[in-house]
Amino acid sequence: MSAIISIKNLSKTYEGGFQALKDINLDINKGEIIALLGPNGAGKTTLISAICGIVTPTAGTITVGGYDIQKDYRAARSLIGLVPQEMLIETFESVTGVMEFSRGLFGKGKDPAHVEKVLKSLSLWDKRNNKLMTLSGGMKRRVLIGKALAHEPDILFLDEPTAGVDVELRKEMWNTIRDLKQAGVTVILTTHYIEEAEEMADRIGVIDHGEIILVEEKKSLMQKLGEKNLKLHLKEKINSIPESLANYNLQLNADGMELLYSYDVQQEDTGITALLDHIEEAGIQYRDLETKQSSLEEIFVNLVKKQ
Amino acid sequence: MNLYAVKAIYKHEMDRTWRTLAQSIVSPVLSTSLYFIVFGSAIGSRMSDIDGIAYAAFLVPGLLMLSLLTQSVSNASFGIYFPRFLGTIFEILSAPVSTMEIVLGYVGAAASKSLLVGAIILVTSAFFVDLQIMHPVLMLTFLVLTSLTFSMLGFIIGIWADNFEKLQIVPLLIITPLTFLGGSFYSISMLPEFWQKVTLFNPVVYLVSGFRWSFYEVSDVNLWVCIGMTVFFLLVCIAGIYWIFKTGYRLKN
Ligand SMILES: Nc1ncnc2c1ncn2[C@@H]1O[C@H](COP(=O)(O)OP(=O)(O)OP(=O)(O)O)[C@@H](O)[C@H]1O
Ligand SMILES: [Mg+2]
Repeated sequence: MSAIISIKNLSKTYEGGFQALKDINLDINKGEIIALLGPNGAGKTTLISAICGIVTPTAGTITVGGYDIQKDYRAARSLIGLVPQEMLIETFESVTGVMEFSRGLFGKGKDPAHVEKVLKSLSLWDKRNNKLMTLSGGMKRRVLIGKALAHEPDILFLDEPTAGVDVELRKEMWNTIRDLKQAGVTVILTTHYIEEAEEMADRIGVIDHGEIILVEEKKSLMQKLGEKNLKLHLKEKINSIPESLANYNLQLNADGMELLYSYDVQQEDTGITALLDHIEEAGIQYRDLETKQSSLEEIFVNLVKKQ
Repeated sequence: MNLYAVKAIYKHEMDRTWRTLAQSIVSPVLSTSLYFIVFGSAIGSRMSDIDGIAYAAFLVPGLLMLSLLTQSVSNASFGIYFPRFLGTIFEILSAPVSTMEIVLGYVGAAASKSLLVGAIILVTSAFFVDLQIMHPVLMLTFLVLTSLTFSMLGFIIGIWADNFEKLQIVPLLIITPLTFLGGSFYSISMLPEFWQKVTLFNPVVYLVSGFRWSFYEVSDVNLWVCIGMTVFFLLVCIAGIYWIFKTGYRLKN
């Protein structure tokens, strides 16, 4: 796959000497959805701002669609739509008014049909003539997304797009983002909702203290770092784990009614069949069993803890 | 050239004018009318003519200049300060827009608005005095150049200010005194000799003088000096703006 955004040795030191980004190297592929995760203050917004031209990099180069963001800023920026993290929005303008303003800034004339399509996809069509101050917080956030899409960008940055958006709408927005991906738009999103990354992303990048500590395909990340649990619901309560099973990493839960076995999915031999044989030999009967893979959230928490 | 962007910024700014019509247009008209009533009619009727011109009529160019300067500075400084304050400037910074286009949009709108106010004041003044404009083209040129120059100055102030106080302080402490002392209400020949010299350091003197000449062919300073100074101030402001964008001063981190 070809990189649509290429970041090389990017560093950013803010006035006052704080280094928010340290030698970042990252390629973002055309058409993918990449989720950037990281604790507060990790540098996610700074990274996005540097790509979009809001923050001037201290060192390094960034190209967008092959265009250098400084030398060819017009061509590079034309490809990008940005939804900022904070609710930076006007108050007295109307919804369609600000949509047209955004289109204009990006060098495009009026296109009521496109504006209508975007507003409908964000469930804002009913509110099109409202002044922004008469909208709810979640609606304002969707207006920001609409503004970013107003000029039909190839690349969309979403800095915590679903903060403050209700559950139902969040799902709708996920669908909207998937539709954009279908249409060929590359999406870079940051989020603190791990389920969002898990749900949407093709790749996950983790940033901490201004460094990218990991970039992986979501699938392989979950496989690699994922722990699987096998849970056995017992027919009868047992008081302790029998001697014969002492070699297995077992845990007795739920007042002796559940046995929990953790194993690494990477291993050739998970040991499950042997374990089940031994359990039978020990005379323990179970009525049900389930396996569960650790979520991205658990993986993420483990990763950041290790740092 | 991203003309759509210039248009978008310009329209956005002008929409703000229409929204706040009372504040942006009615209030300068009202305050100028008050000046005419108080200084022109009430006090002016007891004043002798200056350079053969009735005091009320003598006031017109000065008052126009006064409004033009304060309007241009305040329009432009608020225009750019507001998006910085709200954070909505991010969109302009991330758009494929050049320095020149941003300045054209903001300064163009601020200057248009103060020209509009100037035109309204001119018409208003015709109700109070016998208006006479001997060199309309020159007058218009002065109007346009001055609005542009001081809109750029306002733009610079709006970028320099990092709080509302600073935004107000330059117009209040510098522009207003300079205009009042710049011969808007009197001929500088009425000053003691020493102050006549000092006053030549006040840039507004040249603007008012030249502007008054275009009305009545009387001026405190040579017309060509006035024109030269006006153009010089314009160039200084252009240079200031160029520097701001070259360095990204206060716009980008
Ligand atoms: N304008 C600025 N001047 C100085 N330091 C800044 C500035 N903006 C951000 N920083 C610092 O840079 C670091 C990274 O900030 P950034 O906003 O990129 O974090 P983030 O990963 O987006 O965090 P969050 O999840 O809270 O949004 C923080 O320590 C922050 O204090
Ligand atoms: Mg952030």
